[in-house]
Formats: sequence, structure tokens, C-alpha cells
Amino acid sequence: MERHFDTELDQLKQQLLKMGALVEAMIDAAVTALIERNADQLKQIYENEKQVNGLQISIDEDCLRLTALYQPAAGDLRFLLGTSKINTELERLGDQAINICEVVNKLLKEPQLKPLIDIPKMVAITTDMVRDSLNAFVERNVDKARAVLMQDDQLDDLKDKIVAELTEFMTKDSGSISRAIQLILVARSLERIGDHATNIAEDVIFVVQGRDIRHHAQDM
Amino acid sequence: MNNKIEIKKLNLHYGKFQALKAVDLPVGENSITALIGPSGCGKSTLLRCINRMNDLIAGVRIDGRVLLDGRNIYRHGLNVPELRKRVGMVFQRPNPFPLSVYDNVAYGLKVAGISDKDRISQTVEGSLKGAWLWDNLKDRLDKPALDLPLDQQQRLCIARLLAVEPEVILMDEPCSALDPIATMKVEELMLELRKKYTIAIVTHNMQQAARVSEYSGYMLLGDMVEFDLTANIFTNPKDSRTQDYITGRYG
Ligand SMILES: Nc1ncnc2c1ncn2[C@@H]1O[C@H](COP(=O)(O)OP(=O)(O)OP(=O)(O)O)[C@@H](O)[C@H]1O
Ligand SMILES: [Mg+2]
Repeated sequence: MERHFDTELDQLKQQLLKMGALVEAMIDAAVTALIERNADQLKQIYENEKQVNGLQISIDEDCLRLTALYQPAAGDLRFLLGTSKINTELERLGDQAINICEVVNKLLKEPQLKPLIDIPKMVAITTDMVRDSLNAFVERNVDKARAVLMQDDQLDDLKDKIVAELTEFMTKDSGSISRAIQLILVARSLERIGDHATNIAEDVIFVVQGRDIRHHAQDM
Repeated sequence: MNNKIEIKKLNLHYGKFQALKAVDLPVGENSITALIGPSGCGKSTLLRCINRMNDLIAGVRIDGRVLLDGRNIYRHGLNVPELRKRVGMVFQRPNPFPLSVYDNVAYGLKVAGISDKDRISQTVEGSLKGAWLWDNLKDRLDKPALDLPLDQQQRLCIARLLAVEPEVILMDEPCSALDPIATMKVEELMLELRKKYTIAIVTHNMQQAARVSEYSGYMLLGDMVEFDLTANIFTNPKDSRTQDYITGRYG
């Protein structure tokens, strides 16, 4: 029998997905602006952020309310805890999009330091990770969530490579320092985005299987 | 939200004992309002005031007002049987009549002098559907009601009420004789019924109040300690006595 509670849980899930879509769009707009050197889309990011902040609060309120009112157990309880955690991750993903956005605003005021090669690679990976972690949540798909965890190392390697390369730029030419630092900040934000997607994937595995795999993902 | 019922400064004495002390309570239309509180705090007494069931008890004195659609039901000349049709009650123990399923539901219509057979059988069908019993019982309408399992008996009592088209349904611990699965069914039924009816429920089961009601009132020793959105009562009650009760620290 369908419980009224199921309807409530489903509405909560829809809210979270809406927030996920907004955050994905924010990240996408920020990195596109960076790669295409075009600030047109940046305004939309701040619009989305307002909505994301509103959703974060209402989702937390709903998690609290539903936990208090329905005394959830087992899968329902994990779903509510997981939703609350993913909610936090999504809001932080939104913050990273804003960080990138602010860097892009500065970078666009100066000529391009160098053609971007590894940053677009990081962008491609993080975009996949965010999308797959959210799809894993929708589909309750543990395999997809695991696949997200596997991608994180690549990101870390790329970031190290970018930092090394830009350090070289700065050593050779002090005129490149401010732009190089901005690009390092972007790489840092992309790395953080990967971390948040990883956290979401771990939360999905917890929601679906009840297993906490944080801190020992390698011995899954 | 519109208030279907407004109880204002209601005092009730059983002889010398004051069971309700200047109680205020709004009951919103098409919603479920729950009364919670420890045994003896006056929940059932308050509920019974809403359809004047306390009139039947010797030595009861009531002052204050109970407004139904804005009019005091304690006014002179009010037709009490008519009131009890508008405001029906479901009790703790299912109390079907020792009649067939069909005759239980048709009873109120027959009492009201309705004899049109088609109309009666349509109403019986509609009421049983409304109480989620039709699919189960449509082929067994002549079965004795007392042979049904308890939760079906309770829902039959609800169907019996629906047949006389009430506006308000009062429920006094309607699930306390039922097991958890049957309880869940009745709760889901309540959530369906609130779309058409106004419901006030007394329950000992706090979780039940939490699950089904929009508003809750917490009573203690005849006082309405706190009345608020159920979500607020259960996440952030204002009164420390409510907090103690909700968190199981009472007594
Ligand atoms: N007919 C009566 N005559 C005298 N006192 C009564 C009568 N009915 C109830 N009382 C008293 O009034 C107070 C409130 O009783 P009531 O039955 O309304 O409480 P309740 O909150 O419904 O309790 P419970 O949770 O046990 O059903 C109690 O102290 C009770 O003893
Ligand atoms: Mg009682």
C-alpha cells in the first residue's frame, strides 16, 4: 500500500533534483565562460544561486520535519539522512561555481595567459562526476556511484600537473603571476567539485545499501 | 485556512471537578487536528463537547462557546440530533450494530425516514467505497458486521457515518484496538477523508498525531498548553511542558 509518507519523500526527492539541476547549470555556465572567454552567462549563475540557497533551507526543513513526524526507519531513515547530506554538498558545489565565476570575471579583464589544455580536461571529468553522482541518486544505482569514486584520482593528478606548469610560468615571468594564480584557483575549485561529487556518490551508496564507505573507498 | 470549528473559553465541570479550563481550540476545515496529552487531561471530554455528547452525562456543566461554521452549538433551541449528524463520532472500540454490513451503513438513512431503495443502495456503495471497504465487501454485504476483522469493523463505522453525510468527523483513539498494519490503513483513510471532511482526532499515540495531523493541541490537566502546526509541535515546541511530553520525559 502506498503510504502518504512516500508521497512526501518523493516530493523531497524532486526538490533535491531541482537543486541538483540548478547547481549543474551553474557549474556549466561558469566553466563555459572560462573556456570560451565570454561573460554573458555569468549573471544567470547568481540568479541560480539565490534559488539554490532557498532550496537548501527548505530541503533541510523538510528533512527535519519528516524525521520528527514520521519516525522513519531503515531505508526511509537513510534516505532522509542522505538527502540532508547531499543537500549540503549541492550547496557547496554552487559555492564553487560562484568561486570560478569570480575568477573568470578577473581573468577576462586581461589577455589570455596560455591556451587552456588541462583545465578543460578537469572540466570534462567534474561535469561527468556531478552528473553521474546525481543520476546514481535518482536511479539508486550503486555501480554508477562507485564509478564516480574511481574518477577522483584523475582529477587530483591533473590538478597537480596544472599547478606545476603554472608555477613554471610564474618563475619565468612575474607578469604572469596574477593570472596564473587565478587559474590555479580554478583548478582548485574543480578539484573541490570532484570532492563534493565523490561525497554525493558515497552518500548514495549509504542510502541504497546502508554501507558507510567513506575513508576506505579503495578497499571496496 | 478556514476554521470549521472554534472553541472559545470552554469550561466544563463534572460536578465539582473542573475537567476543562478556559480551553480555546480552532479546528481547520478539511484538515486533521489532533489532541494529545496524558491520560485524564481532558481530550475525550473536549472532543465530546463538539457534538454535545457530554449532554448525556449527569452533573455536567458547560460554559463558553463552541462555534460550528460561526454559530454556537450550545445556543438555545439547537437541534441536537441534527448536530450529531453534521458532527459524527468514531469510537475507540469499533461498535457496529449486530446487523449485516449493508444494514449498518443503511441504518442512518432509514432512521432519517429515507425509503427509496435505489438511493439507499447507492449511498451504501458510496459510503463503503469512501471507507475503502467496497472492494472487500461488495459480495458479502449480507454478512454480519460483527464477523468482520476489527479494522474492517472500524472502517465500517466510518462508512456508517459517511452515509449520513457529516461535515465533521470526531475520532476518539480510533486505532487503539488495531494492529500496526490496520492502523496504517485507517491513517491513510483519514488522510483521504480530510479532503472532504473536517477531522478532529484524540490519540494516545503521539506518532499517529505527528503522521496524520496538520495541527495539534497539547493538553494537560484540563488546560490547552500549546496549540500549533503539528510540524512545529514536534520540531520546536514553545512550552517546556509540551517538550517534556513529546520527548517522553513526562511523569
Ligand atoms: N463522566 C465523568 N464523571 C466524572 N469525571 C469524569 C467523567 N469523565 C471523565 N472524567 C474526568 O475528567 C478528566 C478528563 O477525562 P477524559 O476522559 O476527558 O480524559 P482523556 O484525556 O480522554 O484521558 P484518556 O487518555 O485516559 O482517555 C479525568 O480526570 C476524568 O477522570
Ligand atoms: Mg479519552
